[in-house]
Amino acid sequence: MTIVDPDLRAVKTTCAYCGVGCGVLATPDGRGGAAISGDPEHPANFGRLCSKGSALGETLGLADRLLYPMIRCGEGVMERVAWSDALDHVAHRFQHIIARDGPGAVAFYLSGQLLTEDYYVANKLMKGFIGSANVDTNSRLCMASSVAGHRRAFGADTVPGCYEDLDEADLLVLVGSNAAWCHPVLYQRMLVNKQTRGARIVVIDPRRTDTVGDDDLFLGLRPGTDTALFSGLLVHLADNGVLDRGYIERHTAGFDDAITRARNIAGSVGATALATGLAEQDVATFFQVFASTPRVVTLYSQGVNQSAQGTDKVNAILNCHLATGRIGLPGASPLSLTGQPNAMGGREVGGLANQLAAHMGFTPPDIDRVRRFWKAPRIATHEGLKAVQMFEAIARGEIKALWVMGTNPAVSLPNADGVRDALKKLELFVISENVISNDTVDVGAHVLLPAQAWGEKSGTVTNSERRISRQRAFLVPPGETKPDWWIMGEIAKRLGFGAAFGFTSAADIFREHAALSAFENEGARDFDIGALQALSNSDFDAMAPVQWPARQGAEPQARFFGEGGFFANDFRARFVAPEVPALRTETTAARPLRLNTGRIRDQWHTMTRTGMSPRLGQHLPEPFVEVHPDDAARYGVADGDFARVTTDYGQCTLRIIVSERQQRGMLFAPIHWSAANATGARVGSLVAPLTDPFSGQPENKATPASIVPYEYVFRGFALSRQPLEFPAHAWVARVAVNGGHGYLFADNADVTGWQSWLKSAVRDDLAEYKDFGGGVYRAASFSGDRIDTCLFIGPAGDAGDWNVVKGLFAADALSHDQRRMLLSGKSADGLANAGPIVCACFGVGRNTICETIAAGARTAADIGSKLKAGTNCGSCIPELKRLIAQASTRDAVSEKLAAVN
Amino acid sequence: MSEPLVIVGNGMAAARLVDELAKVALGRYAIAVIGDEPRLAYNRVLLSSVLAGETTSQDIELRPASWWRDRGVTLKYGCIATEIDVGRRELKIENDESIPFSKLVLTTGSSPLRLNVPGADLAGVHTFRDSRDVDLLLTLAAQKKRVVVVGGGLLGLEAAYGLAKAGAPVTLVHLMDRLMERQLDAPAAELLKSLVERKGIEILLNANTAQIHGVTRVEDVELADGRRIDADAVIFAAGIRPNTALAKEAGIPVNRGIVVDDHLQTGASDVFAIGECAEHRGVCYGLVEPAYEQARVLARHLAGREAAYSGSTVATNLKVSGVSVFSAGDFIGGDGSESIVLSDINNGTYKKLVISDGRLTGAVLIGDVADALWYLELIRTRQPTARIRADMMFGRSLATRSEAA
Repeated sequence: MTIVDPDLRAVKTTCAYCGVGCGVLATPDGRGGAAISGDPEHPANFGRLCSKGSALGETLGLADRLLYPMIRCGEGVMERVAWSDALDHVAHRFQHIIARDGPGAVAFYLSGQLLTEDYYVANKLMKGFIGSANVDTNSRLCMASSVAGHRRAFGADTVPGCYEDLDEADLLVLVGSNAAWCHPVLYQRMLVNKQTRGARIVVIDPRRTDTVGDDDLFLGLRPGTDTALFSGLLVHLADNGVLDRGYIERHTAGFDDAITRARNIAGSVGATALATGLAEQDVATFFQVFASTPRVVTLYSQGVNQSAQGTDKVNAILNCHLATGRIGLPGASPLSLTGQPNAMGGREVGGLANQLAAHMGFTPPDIDRVRRFWKAPRIATHEGLKAVQMFEAIARGEIKALWVMGTNPAVSLPNADGVRDALKKLELFVISENVISNDTVDVGAHVLLPAQAWGEKSGTVTNSERRISRQRAFLVPPGETKPDWWIMGEIAKRLGFGAAFGFTSAADIFREHAALSAFENEGARDFDIGALQALSNSDFDAMAPVQWPARQGAEPQARFFGEGGFFANDFRARFVAPEVPALRTETTAARPLRLNTGRIRDQWHTMTRTGMSPRLGQHLPEPFVEVHPDDAARYGVADGDFARVTTDYGQCTLRIIVSERQQRGMLFAPIHWSAANATGARVGSLVAPLTDPFSGQPENKATPASIVPYEYVFRGFALSRQPLEFPAHAWVARVAVNGGHGYLFADNADVTGWQSWLKSAVRDDLAEYKDFGGGVYRAASFSGDRIDTCLFIGPAGDAGDWNVVKGLFAADALSHDQRRMLLSGKSADGLANAGPIVCACFGVGRNTICETIAAGARTAADIGSKLKAGTNCGSCIPELKRLIAQASTRDAVSEKLAAVN
Repeated sequence: MSEPLVIVGNGMAAARLVDELAKVALGRYAIAVIGDEPRLAYNRVLLSSVLAGETTSQDIELRPASWWRDRGVTLKYGCIATEIDVGRRELKIENDESIPFSKLVLTTGSSPLRLNVPGADLAGVHTFRDSRDVDLLLTLAAQKKRVVVVGGGLLGLEAAYGLAKAGAPVTLVHLMDRLMERQLDAPAAELLKSLVERKGIEILLNANTAQIHGVTRVEDVELADGRRIDADAVIFAAGIRPNTALAKEAGIPVNRGIVVDDHLQTGASDVFAIGECAEHRGVCYGLVEPAYEQARVLARHLAGREAAYSGSTVATNLKVSGVSVFSAGDFIGGDGSESIVLSDINNGTYKKLVISDGRLTGAVLIGDVADALWYLELIRTRQPTARIRADMMFGRSLATRSEAA
């Protein structure tokens, strides 16, 4: 149910992006847009927003939206169909394939951007009623290793700490986390602590990211060696009397094995330094500051999780906190930072192939309990296929029907080109989406189902500190878009499961979800929001952010495990003895480097939302690869040029950024670009699909790679009110700009070809600058005084200034002088502007003459004696006289006005 | 006792020469100016502005009578010089006494060519050269007479513009395939044509005037291809001819113009020629700037100083029919040269720069002429332009900023 406030008052909702889960105030403008600000009352952000959140208002346009159900018809063309036809078709096809090949032949692939209610319905439908656990999610790529690590150590996927710990800690250790870019609001919170309380920050990352402040301790370790560092730390803690023996005794098991293994891996500061590539001094400093600071929060993110040993890394960190009892105490805890708005909600629901539901697994008692709760006799009884394996099964033809919801696996999964090929083999490929085109849709979906987007849908999300917040609708859903839960419920009914899917609102679903969490729980499971199971619809609408557990009749609880109470039969945590750290792959002469991947500050995931914001397009508008200067020299690539990056899985062409922040031997490329917005920049296609044995999370940050320079003679950009189709030979990156569409491109084809290309794309009023000899072509078409389309191309550096032209493109009208200078591609600011020439003989402009008149010249001869104007051929003298006359008229008018006043 | 210096012709060159002489040789010469037009020297360039009603006939007077008086100049206007007696150093004046001279300067200017076609002598066939022509054309325009202007060069366009602005329906016929072909390349001429057409002037290119029809007066103009254009008047503006008769009859060497050396001296000692009537190193200039340069050199020479004239780099730099036009050097650009072109036709701008050997060698500008003189300087000084090539088109301030940066 979507209710848009008729008074257009601010609606409280939650940000669409990362797992910080910031509260947002959205004030709709009544025209499909909204003003966005931070919610000062939300405990995740207290009013702050990052660049991405602040720009949410720029991402509400409908230009790229999927608005109606569509089915691929006989000729392969997508055609609009009625909802009932689309739903009948999907249900019928699923039914057919399940009947023929069994429930294991179908799968759902979900997203951490789905709401908890959507997740709940998907999970219930697939596991409870279709009878397969082939329901996995892009969260597998994000924090599955944290989940697995938590479960191994705590017996449950429990985040022990909360954001307040960041305010109260004296030491903040960030491991594999560029929080400054990826979780900016929390990072700012940490900085406040640093500035006001003097908290120390340690950053552990192969890359020197913006998270590292000048006075922070930076440990630029070799990739994949985090476990060695934390093993060494555990040994140091043990050898220096920092262990909390009492906590270990009372609340844990397995310490002896863990410390033995740690000694084997890194038994001393020296061994740790050797294993990690760090300086002994830095290692010693870190160990010492960790040892001497009881209030320590270790935050970790993809650098830890996205690894073939990610789960062990998580446990190596957790071991240090368990061994010192620094867990679940104010300012002392490990804290996993999640990357998506509702990865946590998905985990709570159990929307992952290796969980059943509501933090219950595939144990016989749990299966029985959920079967009874759902009244689902066909419930799945064993784990399904995790994301990477799921797509491998699709490639092998074992999974024949796939329903993707709200994610873009053809971009984001490792071996993304392989994924794209696999998707083509599906008998039934259904996508619930917001956008009409992305790499996954473009593979050739059979059915597209238009889902409501952020701002239209309504439900709950959970952030990294277990806080459930409402996402509320503040826009009228466009076209025939529907909530994901509604779409799945309709399919469920058509599959004959109507009785279990009679939900009429998100609140209905939330109540059932809450009830399941409390069902036969009695404190045995961490996830319990039984206190919320009886919320009325209006209570649900008004629900304030609430942290779980929210047990019926129990006091709220911000932290876990300060006094033990782990979710194992013996209530003890487990120390885990990690494997000896080793990356899954070796570099070779042919693949001498390792490719690290990650996010940039102002984009998110595959840019289907952030890519719409001109503001966010400014920071880093092109896909790039970052290279250490020594590697750049060695492999012959230069800053600003292009390079081909190749792995055993694929190849990309990227702009080069040479940076000392990058470690020698490593490359870094952002994950955001795809075929939908750039050429040859599908970085997922480079990534090896090698996964962690426990979590199934792929090792996205260390694929062996090579780099070679790739030369483009010409660089350019184009700006247009309408989308432009580029020739296939060009390398292009699309970027949102104010007023239209921006494109940055590079090419080797003849410049004159670009002239013909442009002329075929634009209307008549075309201004051109041609220096074909110099390889330069710049042109702009106008409608009235406004630029309609413009194109700038030239040898590197000579195309023109993208930012200057972008500014002029954004304007509704160009002045005469702006238009005159536009094709220079440079800023005319600060240039002397004499105005249109009046005296041709001496090149004297109107502005100069008017200034002279203003300074007292009263005759053409006066002007002539000062400026020489009119003293040669004299043909401008009539105009000089007119300018004098106009000036004196103005003077007279202003004198009159002055007199009146 | 001052030497008598006589100037024949009372146009812009004469006025400038007097001015220059006053600066460098004040009192050395007793100057007499003999002019056939019945008025003080005026700015001939502005005749089209008078015709267009943008200025008045009085306003184009170069100098007031007092200015001439203050410089001790004897002005004889409305007088026709009939003969130079080089040997006796005397100038004969029609219906008047001869004037002796120690130095004689010819600034007799040029006359419009009349096409040698049948009907060229009919009533209603005019030229556009002097103040009297303007009065006549203004009368035609006031009567809304249909006028055909023959000639699509500068003069013809000016006449057409003035007439159209004064209210006459005007058709301009031009022999060539583009306007101002000696100053403009094809795209520039095309833009100029469209800008001039916007002012209500009909333009016919490739239009060879074959005959002017009429019994006693002009009735229509027939082109070689058979087209006929109704007309109440025809203005010939298809070129000029230096006025050399006086010199020629005096036995002074004349080619197309009166041949002068680098001191602007003719074949006869103490007889000089400047302006449109002169031919220097084989070139007759039809523009005011070379005339002024010649006046300056001659004045210094006459003052006994070292001065020599080595010719002018001709540039066209003016408003044609209200449109700014600049052209200089090798504006077509042949083999071995490169062109950089900026065109914004709807904004009335076309600019072409021709580069050879890394130097600017020619330029054509229509509309935006702000940097015309800079380009002319670059052409004249032959300074290398590689460093400013990227920005040169957009003006000196941008190019020199980049160079400085």
